Amino acid sequence: MRTEAGVEDLLRQMAPQVLGALVRRYGHFDACEDAVQEALLAAAVQWPEDGLPERPRAWLVTVASRRLTDALRSDEARRRREDTTAARIPPDELLAPAPAESGRAETDDTLTLLFLCCHPALTPASQIALTLRAVGGLTTTEIARAFLVPEATMAQRISRAKQTIKTAGATFEMPPEPDRGERLGVVLHVLYLIFNEGYTTTSGADLVRSQLTGEAIRLTRAVHRLLPDDGEVAGLLALMFLTDGRRPARTGPEGELIPLAEQDRSRWDQASIRAGTALVTNALTDAPLGPYQLQAAIAAVHAEAARAEDTDWRQIAALYDVLARLAPSPVVTLNQAVAVAMVRGPQAGLDLLATLDGDDRMAEHHRLDGVRAHLLEMAGDRAAARESFRVAARRTTSLPERRYLERRAARLA
Amino acid sequence: MKYMLLIYNNPAALEALPKAELDAVMSDVDAIMQELNESGEWVGGEALADPSNTKTVRVRDGAPAVTDGPFVEAKEQFAGYCIFECESLERAVEIATRWPDARFAAVEIRALMEQAGTEM
Repeated sequence: MRTEAGVEDLLRQMAPQVLGALVRRYGHFDACEDAVQEALLAAAVQWPEDGLPERPRAWLVTVASRRLTDALRSDEARRRREDTTAARIPPDELLAPAPAESGRAETDDTLTLLFLCCHPALTPASQIALTLRAVGGLTTTEIARAFLVPEATMAQRISRAKQTIKTAGATFEMPPEPDRGERLGVVLHVLYLIFNEGYTTTSGADLVRSQLTGEAIRLTRAVHRLLPDDGEVAGLLALMFLTDGRRPARTGPEGELIPLAEQDRSRWDQASIRAGTALVTNALTDAPLGPYQLQAAIAAVHAEAARAEDTDWRQIAALYDVLARLAPSPVVTLNQAVAVAMVRGPQAGLDLLATLDGDDRMAEHHRLDGVRAHLLEMAGDRAAARESFRVAARRTTSLPERRYLERRAARLA
Repeated sequence: MKYMLLIYNNPAALEALPKAELDAVMSDVDAIMQELNESGEWVGGEALADPSNTKTVRVRDGAPAVTDGPFVEAKEQFAGYCIFECESLERAVEIATRWPDARFAAVEIRALMEQAGTEM
């Protein structure tokens, strides 16, 4: 007999396969998605009680098809023909790939679904919500809880997202080859955002929210299995492993943030870090260079230092230099300034930061003041450092960050 | 990003509005709220009863003093709030601009504090 958690894992794994099977057969992504969600909910209630059906996936497809039929039947008469077809098709036929499709159709559905849910017509918030439900198999309640909004809000966001991709004319198929790279970039960004939502959680009460890291890793792992040769997919997965490996050490007993330099490195999850390092090492050898690989490589260099003072800042600065050329952004410059300061002294870092002063994207951002404060402190200018920490503390909208920045300012009093 | 819209108005001035204009104000509010609901941006909100129902409580040296009326004495009073989650500050400003009280008194956009944070 499986535990409830086992059933839940199984359902999440099968969610995109069942949805893929239905959509490939009937179209109507939005109606199918609702039907699959209902089938998953029914299974979550029945399976732990009655035991697993002999063929769980076929069970889900049957139940979801029935729900779809009901939904379509209650719709207009013009859909009546599809209803009867839906009712008559045995689940096996649905699960068998059509002749034109590859033998891996079921698993490839996950990727097709990800492309659909991360459609560029959607806002990031909608892409995240739809991905977690349609591909991740999470319920609306769970997603709403993770994002701290009412369930009605999340339900509306999901149904609106489905409406938007329908209006945009998106269909359940892989994007054409010329667009695929760019579309994959959007998918990876959405997975990265989901990971970050979970990772930045600091309060123990936000358990549902912190589980988003696990969900992001699970989905990214699935993409990596489907596209093993893509260096950026491997890079993102490596970055997640390396970042998540530091999680046990990044907050103190009261949820306070502990900066990398002060973390108790013995609390890092070495298995996760080893997995990340191995992944990024392979990717860097075999695949064309990309931003996620570089960020993962930087995280790996940090991770290999037994103590903060052993950090190979020269290598980190060199990697940031490449990253700044490949994918320039104010945030990259910000991090690069820290590395430059560690190699060439605080003034060199401050000079680089000064280039962001005229940048509208960064001008009022608390992290610019936060990094400047650190570098000023390094340079021995306590008064200016203290002022910068205070400005940063006022500007952040994160309570744990504000407390950290206030603490740093107070230390310089 | 979650924002709170703090809505201020002048109850006396609102009372003095012709009915047709007041109806227009209410229908503006309904339209925005419906839009926020449909877009999945609406998180919550409430309207407050008339400021004459207010008690202000101060504790000095351990002794509470309860007075009638609002903390800040002004014609414009805090009348209600709504919380929404949107993609950018620009969008928040756009919503605020259309809130009718922005025409008569003022609305304030305040960013909500989050529990999440990144170590530096």
